[in-house]
Amino acid sequence: MPVLAFAISCKNARQESKDDIVILKEEAKFRQEVYSFKDSVPTYDFDHLAPLFDQDDDKVHVINFWATWCEPCLDEMPNFLKLNEIYQDDWDLTLVSLDLRNQVNSRLKPFVESRNIEDLVIWLDDPKENEWIPKVDKNWSGALPATLIYRGDSRRFYEEAFSYEKLKEEVEYFMSL
Amino acid sequence: MKTLKILAVLAFLIIISAFAAINFHLFQDEYQVGDVAADFSLKNIDGEMVSLADRTDAKGFIVVFTCNTCPFAQANEKRILALDAKFDTKGYPVIAINPNDPEVKAGESLAAMQAIAKEHGYTFPYLADDHQEVFPEFGAKKTPTVFVLQKQNDELIVKYKGAIDDSARDESAVDKRFVEDAVEALLAGKTIKTNNTKAIGCAIKA
Repeated sequence: MPVLAFAISCKNARQESKDDIVILKEEAKFRQEVYSFKDSVPTYDFDHLAPLFDQDDDKVHVINFWATWCEPCLDEMPNFLKLNEIYQDDWDLTLVSLDLRNQVNSRLKPFVESRNIEDLVIWLDDPKENEWIPKVDKNWSGALPATLIYRGDSRRFYEEAFSYEKLKEEVEYFMSL
Repeated sequence: MKTLKILAVLAFLIIISAFAAINFHLFQDEYQVGDVAADFSLKNIDGEMVSLADRTDAKGFIVVFTCNTCPFAQANEKRILALDAKFDTKGYPVIAINPNDPEVKAGESLAAMQAIAKEHGYTFPYLADDHQEVFPEFGAKKTPTVFVLQKQNDELIVKYKGAIDDSARDESAVDKRFVEDAVEALLAGKTIKTNNTKAIGCAIKA
């Protein structure tokens, strides 16, 4: 299974970055369907996730970094989900989990399944944090929670937990661009 | 109507700037590599107050901001113990500080710290930053974070800040042991190659 996933990933490295996130999400669905991993959380290393941070469309992209054991992350998550119901296809929300490997089955999957947020969650499995943290944002200390919001060339990084009001304000700023 | 919209945007920008200014101010004086670090006096798990000045024999210190409950801190516990085992007798003992406010985060009380230290055999002081003053001074934003200090004349100079190694979440994938390399370099009188690194961690609850 990991070999097949790797083969698919290698093949997709040739795709243009614009299509990559579509490919990534289709890939995840493919794995879920073919292997009946309805409870699987798609797993990516940073290189394969990188296109997510650089989509060349006109959509508002929101990427939230969290973990199941991070209380402020859990406190703010309903705010993202509530806005997701409001914006739906007008924005693109991804919840990137940084749970430890030994927590994926015991904590992450049950959490994701019980809240039916399989479509939104990705597990980032890349131990070389000193290399990829600055690629997300050069000022990020690595603390959770953290959120990246961008639309085209406008981007903001928030190393903080969001209240509903603050999150809505920030997203509406990007929507109004 | 348009004026209202402009005013709303202006108010919004002011709010954002104020928030950014507050955050900036909190960590404005955080230590950069090369800065002089101030000593402190914090309570250890045995009830005694501890300062860096107490260790007259030390050449420097490996100051680790860590805590009881953060899984990243827990995942790095063995590595912190290993650092103390390796470097305490060579002049660079580990000094662990818990920066969390136990009123904000359950499980971070002094009693809980004592239990963890006893259970896991801590060989180093485990201090409580109970006024939340030391961690902002250092500029620690999450646990675990390491600051390697070196004694130069009568001052403590920050020589390294950041992660323990290059694979915080997965011990089996460690390739570069940043803190180990930094302390070895100091002991050998060499320059530290990598003196500022990043890793994922739990935001400090103040």
